[in-house]
Amino acid sequence: MDFSILLQDIPTLLVVIIGVPAVLVAYIVGGEYLIRRLPDENRPQVRPWLWVGPALVIVGGILLLPAIATVIQSVQDNHGNFVGLQNYATQLADFPSGGSWIAIRNNVLIWLIFYTLFVLAFGLALAVLFDRVGYETLVKTLIFMPMAISSVALGVIWKFMYWYQPAGASQTGTLNAFVTFFHHEPVAWLQDQWPNGIGILDNLAVVTAATWGIVGFSMVILSAALKGIPGELLEAARVDGAGELTIFRRVIFPLMMPTIVVVGTTLVIFALKIFGEVYVMTNGNYNTDVLALRMFNLLYLSHNNAAASAVAIILLIAVIPVLIFNLRQFRAVEARR
Amino acid sequence: MSVATAARPESTAAVWSPQWIAQRFSRVILHVAVIGLTIVWIVPTVGLLVSSFRPAVAILNTGWWTAFSPPFQFTLQNYRDMLDQSNLGTAIFNSFMVSIPSTVIPVAVAAFAAYAFAWMKFPARDWIFLAFVGLLAVPLQLTFVPVLSFFVQHGIVPDKLTEVGLPPWLGLWLAHAGYGLPFSTYLLANFFRALPSDLFESAEIDGAGTLTVFFRIILPLSVPALASLIIFQFLWVWNDVLVALIYVGGSPDVAPLTVNLADLTNSLGQNYQLLTSAAFFSMVIPIVVFLSLQRYFVRGILAGSVKG
Repeated sequence: MDFSILLQDIPTLLVVIIGVPAVLVAYIVGGEYLIRRLPDENRPQVRPWLWVGPALVIVGGILLLPAIATVIQSVQDNHGNFVGLQNYATQLADFPSGGSWIAIRNNVLIWLIFYTLFVLAFGLALAVLFDRVGYETLVKTLIFMPMAISSVALGVIWKFMYWYQPAGASQTGTLNAFVTFFHHEPVAWLQDQWPNGIGILDNLAVVTAATWGIVGFSMVILSAALKGIPGELLEAARVDGAGELTIFRRVIFPLMMPTIVVVGTTLVIFALKIFGEVYVMTNGNYNTDVLALRMFNLLYLSHNNAAASAVAIILLIAVIPVLIFNLRQFRAVEARR
Repeated sequence: MSVATAARPESTAAVWSPQWIAQRFSRVILHVAVIGLTIVWIVPTVGLLVSSFRPAVAILNTGWWTAFSPPFQFTLQNYRDMLDQSNLGTAIFNSFMVSIPSTVIPVAVAAFAAYAFAWMKFPARDWIFLAFVGLLAVPLQLTFVPVLSFFVQHGIVPDKLTEVGLPPWLGLWLAHAGYGLPFSTYLLANFFRALPSDLFESAEIDGAGTLTVFFRIILPLSVPALASLIIFQFLWVWNDVLVALIYVGGSPDVAPLTVNLADLTNSLGQNYQLLTSAAFFSMVIPIVVFLSLQRYFVRGILAGSVKG
């Protein structure tokens, strides 16, 4: 490693770490100084804009205006000519295997359903089981740990789990060693398009890997909700003679439903935006493409801005129901304040 | 029976009665299930960790579990090769150069904005805040094409930035600042709003100005929320691969660890031994941050996920 870059860039880092907050503080202090010079009645009108100003400029410049520009780009070709819905037509041509259809199918059927269900089911099961043992903190930390690592490292870990050697060769992948131990043929998890080339198996292999990484998230939130259920309630049910399973089904589960819904909507968004895991593990080959990866390839490899914009809008359309749900939830809570 | 113990079923049956044995048995099953699931959960990571200390030949020919039987062959060669053969040393440095400013900028900007959203009245405040909540769910993909075109047109790309003496990560910092702001503002505004208003009112009666209230009362009280947010944003940026690929993916000298690791994954093919060590190398910082500050991290997740 060449250490000369350190000498050059560490000062840059210091300038940014100290400089950026310093500039912002100077901006606020300076702004407040000017505001104090204003007549009393004008201060409350000006002050808020001073404080939200930088955030509005950055969010407007990096998120809002570009989002609008993407909508416009999606109805233009790469030279800026209006082409109507032609970019969308290209992406939605040749159902069921042309255009973006494979990616759409994988996102809204396989990822959305299986990823969300797997993560919720595992998260709930682990939260309930761990709640009953004394070493809860330790096991929770271990389950939660994959949350801290990147999707790329996760992909490497699981590629290794799924490693495939032809039948007869020594299997170095954990799963295939397990499978061949029971005298089954080794499975090419990340290439096997079972059933009939539709590609459920390899997609589920990637879904499983991603599930492993995110279960800690749902477990922690569901566990917090579980601990919020009053003990008297469970005790009352037990006194009435309810078994543990009945209590879970009739008391715990209904009480946790609001939290499950909130976690579920977050997971749906994660499922629709999934990128890194697929990029590293299969790179979208063997029918495992997803919208985020397809959009990336169209932009980064093909430099086809028009097509990439159309795919981005398709992704947005898939997210919109969740987005509306989130906004409604938010407003409902605001109304209760 | 107290409330605390009521949460768990207590054994009331006589010792060695059939009921007592059944209860004991179900406890054993519970422990087996909990420990079994946890072991299954850590096997993938342990497998890669063990492999990263095995010689290349061993990795290619036998499973990682055989390392625990003789002959015991462990080596640091993969770590040495990884640092020599690929520019991962530069990459980890780049990761810091990307992550630290990309955390400082949005958190600082969000703190001011959150204060205004929480405690000031201005027209359209609730609508703007609602827009921020909406933006939490909007896919970042929606911004890549125009922002990238803008950066390319105005020379905010690594090569051009270096030419004019600016840090090559400037575009990436700006992008991450924008992408991190809705969440940061949302989290902090919710926290600020939950602070008791008498605190500021009495301070204002004592003649404290907006600045004093913010720097002397709000910020010190918000240290836990700020800590959660900083850890969250730092880990998010450190682990991000998509945004980094879009804005600096074409410049290996500037790209962070995740991009480098992803490139290795695609280019090495059978040279898997280097990937094992590189993957672990990339996990060290986030795992250390996570383990040492777990409490704040979990608190951030709980605060952020309880949307609405």
